Amino acid sequence: MTKEEIRTLGNLSRIALSEQEVEVFNAEIDSILEYVSAVKNIAEATRDTKSLGVRFNVLRTDEVINTLGQYTDAMLASMPKTSGQFLAVKKILKQE
Amino acid sequence: MNITQLRTQFIAGTLTPTAYMEQVFSVIADKDTAVNAFLDTYKAEAIEQAKIATAQYAEQGALAPALLGIPVALKNNILLQGKKATASSKILENYIATYDATIVTRLKEAGAIIIGATNMDEFAMGGSTENSAFGPTKNPLDVTRVPGGSSGGSAAAVAMGAVPVAIGTDTGGSVRQPASYCGVVGFKPTYGAVSRYGLIAMGSSLDQAGPLTNTVADAELVHEIMSGLDPADATTIAEDTYPNVPVKETYTFGVPRSFFASGVDADVLAQFEAKLVELTAVGHTVVDIELPMFEAGLAAYYIVMPAEVSSNLARFDGIRYGLSAPGDNLLAVYENSRAAGFGAEVKRRILLGTYVLSSGYYDAYYGKAELVRTKMREELAEVFKTVDCIVTPTAPTPAFVVGAQSDPLSMYSQDIFTVPVNLTGVPALSVPMGTVERDGVPLPVGVQYIGPHGGDSRLFDIGKKTYDSTL
Repeated sequence: MTKEEIRTLGNLSRIALSEQEVEVFNAEIDSILEYVSAVKNIAEATRDTKSLGVRFNVLRTDEVINTLGQYTDAMLASMPKTSGQFLAVKKILKQE
Repeated sequence: MNITQLRTQFIAGTLTPTAYMEQVFSVIADKDTAVNAFLDTYKAEAIEQAKIATAQYAEQGALAPALLGIPVALKNNILLQGKKATASSKILENYIATYDATIVTRLKEAGAIIIGATNMDEFAMGGSTENSAFGPTKNPLDVTRVPGGSSGGSAAAVAMGAVPVAIGTDTGGSVRQPASYCGVVGFKPTYGAVSRYGLIAMGSSLDQAGPLTNTVADAELVHEIMSGLDPADATTIAEDTYPNVPVKETYTFGVPRSFFASGVDADVLAQFEAKLVELTAVGHTVVDIELPMFEAGLAAYYIVMPAEVSSNLARFDGIRYGLSAPGDNLLAVYENSRAAGFGAEVKRRILLGTYVLSSGYYDAYYGKAELVRTKMREELAEVFKTVDCIVTPTAPTPAFVVGAQSDPLSMYSQDIFTVPVNLTGVPALSVPMGTVERDGVPLPVGVQYIGPHGGDSRLFDIGKKTYDSTL
C-alpha cells in the first residue's frame, strides 16, 4: 500500500486526511491487511465456492404509521442549518 | 446488591426505590470522578420516578412490574428519547435522540428507571474505552487499568456498585471482554434475539445488545425483558426460529485447546484449567474439541466488521445532524466534518472497510471472509452434535494498564475468543472465574460459555449452576 492509495481511500471515505494521518495509517493499515490476508489461504484450502446462505427481504405494509409532523421539530432542531422547515445545503449546480 | 435482592426488599418495604436511588447517586458522586463511567446522569428525573415506584410497590407489592424501581444505565449508543446519544464521538456530541430504542421501551415498560448514559469506545470501536472522545473510563478495581471495552462504562458502572445492571452492545466481544476485566457477568445473545432498533449501528450483521450484571439470574431476567420479535428490526427471531436447546442436569463441555496455544497469559490459563476441574467435580463432562476455522475468526472479523463500519458510518456527513464543519463546497463539508468528528480508530476502520470493499479487492477480502464465516458456522454445527457448550477464557489477559496497548493489532488480539461468537451469531456468556495478580493487585478474569443458536436459556442455566450457586 502506498501513501497515494491511502489518500485515495480518504477521498472515497469522504475524510480529509492530514499528511501525518496518511503516514500513520499507511503503516497501520499495511500491517492489518497483512494479518487479515490469512483468510485467503484458509478460503483456498476449503476448495469451496462462495456460499451466500439464505437471503430474503422483510417489508412492512406500505402505510403511514406516524402522525403528520410527529418528529418534524425534533429533526429540524438536530439539523446543522435550516431554512424555515427545510434543511439547508450547499448549492451543487452552478447557475449559468 | 443484585436485582433479586433489591426487589425482595422493595416488596417487603425494608428498602424503598427512593432511598436506593439516593444511594445510587451518592456512589456515583463518590467514585465517578476517578472512574469516569458516566457521560451523563438524569438525577432529578430518576428520583422523581423512584418516588412513583415507591408508591406503586406500597400498592401492588409482588404484583409490581418485574423491574419496577430498578436503576439501569445505558451505553451511550442506545437511543433514549430527549437525551444525548453521542456514541462517545465528537460527531454526535450534541445529538439528541428523537425516539426510544426498542430495548429502552421494553425496560421502561417493565418499570426500570434509566439513570444515566455510560462511556464507551467511540462508535463501539475498541477494547479499552480509551477511544472515547470524552476521556477514558478507568477500571474501578484498579484505576491505573482499563475497564475493557467497548462497553467499558457499563461494566465499570456495575463493578463500582453504582447500578445493579447496565446495558452494553457486543459486536466482537464488547460486553463480554469488559465483563471479564471488571469481574461482572456479561451476556451476548443469539443474533436476532434482541432488537437493534434504536442502537447506533456498527457492524449490522454482528451487533447485539446485552446486559452486564452481578449475577447470571439478573442477566437472564433483563435479557428476557429486552428480547423478542420486533417489527422494527427484520433480523429479530421468533421463539421457534431455531430448534429447542434443552437445559440438562449435567452438560458436556467442549474445550478447543489448540486455540489457546499462544498469546494467553499462563495464570489466566491456570485459572481456566481450575474451572474445568471444578466442572468435572460437580458431574459435568469436559472433552477436547477441534475448531480450526475459529482460529481464523479474528482475521475474518477484521474484514467483515470494517466493511460494515464503513457503510454504516457513511451517514455521518455533517448535513442532516451532528457536527458540521465549514467547507467551500458540499464535498468539502463532508470531508471536513468527518475529519473533525471522527477519532483515529474510527477513521482507521472506515479506511480499511473502504479498501476491502473497493472494486478489485472485494472478492479477495470480503468474499473470502464471508466464506470463512460460513465454514465457521458449519464447523460449529458439527461440534454441537457432540457437546452442549464450548468453554474458553473470555480474554487472553486481565485488564491492562491504561495506554499499554498502543498498536491496533495487539489491541485487536484481545478479542480472539469473542469475535468467532459474533461471526457465527451464537450466544455467549462471560462470568468471573477467579483472579490473577498484577503489580500486587488481584484482577478478575472471566470464563466464556458458548452455546448453539437459540441456546440462550441453556447458557443462563449453566451460569446459574456454576457461578450464581457459588456466590
